[in-house]
Amino acid sequence: MVSTISRLPVLILLLVSMAAWAQTARQWLPLAKDGIHDPRNPALRLLQEPAAALSRLPADGAGNQVNWVHALERGVINPRTNILPETQVMVIDVDIYLNLRGGTPIVRFPHRAHTMWLDCTNCHQQLFASKAGANKLSMEAMLKGEQCGVCHGAVAFPLTECARCHNTPRNQPLPVGAIRGS
Amino acid sequence: MTSGLFKRRTLIGMGNGVKRSVVLALVGLTLLAAPAEAEYGDVVLNKLSEKNGVRPVVFPHWFHRVRFRCKVCHSELGFKMRAGANHVTMADITNGKFCGMCHNGQIAWGANQCDLCHSGKRGLKSGIYGGHQTSGPGQW
Ligand code: HEC
Ligand code: HEC
Ligand code: HEC
Ligand code: HEC
Ligand code: HEC
Ligand code: HEC
Repeated sequence: MVSTISRLPVLILLLVSMAAWAQTARQWLPLAKDGIHDPRNPALRLLQEPAAALSRLPADGAGNQVNWVHALERGVINPRTNILPETQVMVIDVDIYLNLRGGTPIVRFPHRAHTMWLDCTNCHQQLFASKAGANKLSMEAMLKGEQCGVCHGAVAFPLTECARCHNTPRNQPLPVGAIRGS
Repeated sequence: MTSGLFKRRTLIGMGNGVKRSVVLALVGLTLLAAPAEAEYGDVVLNKLSEKNGVRPVVFPHWFHRVRFRCKVCHSELGFKMRAGANHVTMADITNGKFCGMCHNGQIAWGANQCDLCHSGKRGLKSGIYGGHQTSGPGQW
């Protein structure tokens, strides 16, 4: 068995090495060499190369190598929120603290960072019931592409970025009024 | 290769401690592997294309999310968040559904630009592809 004490240094080492990795220059493969585009397609040159668009956005070490939260919050991009005029666009700023009983750092789930991009119905009620503590979350399910892993590992930053979710130290008190979730 | 050895299923049924060390080992391996692949979040749609004599479709998330938030496609337009879960046909698109909600010559160029969408290599399976430092979504 790996105890909490012996696991932590390993985790820290990994996080440091990931951070070091993130410092290296960002590179994107050209479409013709990415393994999924047909290089003989005459229209290929009309498509935008990932490097042309993504190199201008705030850097990150994984996924698209773009910190999409910063890109949006800092106004570097302003993607449309709706195309139908009658659509209700809703953003809420409520943090929920998850993984309160585990050994790894606590997970602060930010509704704001999510609802800037997503609609409530993308998560509630299919993926998560909208009641703090009502869901049975598991890292294992996420690694299989469920729960948080529906998006994280597919389109949003991947699950290798442990510290972006496990973002709250366990040995300090949570803020006053913190909502304790699952 | 590495991801093949550590099929996700092997994570199930192990003790907690073992499970955690496997998780940690996997992180180490993905860091070393750094596979050269499609851009993170690219989706291939090939349920009908190749059978009907055209190249598979490549849908780039990175390109669209610069212009539209997820909620536009996954809530307003009703795209299900599961690769392969949407039954998209060319007739739907020309009738203004799915990609055709935007690729109609108004919000974006129209459905006559076949090669811009049908740009994939032959033989590709439908699904979500690629990723910097990941062996692909679902396998993070
Ligand atoms: C919410 C609107 C919207 C939807 C839905 C949409 N697109 Fe787009 N798409 C756009 C816009 C806007 C552009 C940019 C058009 C331009 O540059 O004039 C674009 C561009 C593209 C490009 C070219 C990217 C490049 O490199 O220039 C491809 C390929 C593409 N879309 C494929 C698809 C496919 C396939 C679907 C359906 C599965 C789809 N799109 C659905 C709005 C949309
Ligand atoms: C998308 C957010 C997210 C990412 C990224 C993430 N986790 Fe988690 N993790 C969670 C949540 C939420 C839980 C709480 C599940 C539960 O209650 O068991 C959790 C639980 C865990 C647990 C079980 C509980 C515990 O603390 O002992 C472990 C171990 C764990 N994560 C390790 C990791 C490691 C290692 C990584 C990086 C490879 C990682 N996680 C990346 C969200 C994430
Ligand atoms: C429906 C898709 C989806 C689901 C499900 C989801 N996320 Fe996210 N998450 C996103 C998107 C999109 C972002 C914006 C950043 C990006 O795209 O990389 C984000 C960002 C975050 C951030 C912000 C990081 C920062 O830098 O501020 C955290 C933390 C996070 N997610 C944790 C979680 C946890 C924990 C869960 C599960 C309880 C979860 N997410 C479930 C889509 C999702
Ligand atoms: C990315 C996924 C995601 C999105 C999008 C999302 N939520 Fe949540 N929500 C969660 C998670 C995870 C929890 C915590 C559940 C738990 O503790 O088990 C939660 C909890 C809640 C709760 C319970 C809080 C409490 O005090 O009990 C409410 C209410 C809620 N969400 C409302 C909303 C609304 C309204 C929206 C849209 C504006 C929204 N959520 C969008 C994931 C999401
Ligand atoms: C906006 C993107 C887009 C454009 C432009 C586009 N297609 Fe498609 N097409 C799709 C998608 C998505 C599918 C469904 C893919 C699948 O599941 O295989 C599809 C499917 C097809 C199919 C499969 C059979 C059927 O009827 O659905 C054929 C054939 C086809 N397209 C031909 C064309 C031709 C010819 C053009 C140009 C006149 C064209 N497409 C333009 C996105 C596009
Ligand atoms: C322009 C439309 C569009 C936008 C914007 C968009 N998506 Fe998608 N998304 C799609 C399409 C099309 C598919 C593939 C559906 C299929 O294959 O049936 C997809 C598939 C997915 C999947 C399934 C992947 C899998 O592993 O099966 C996830 C998760 C997802 N999107 C998340 C997001 C997130 C998070 C955002 C915002 C950051 C987003 N999408 C923005 C159109 C869009």
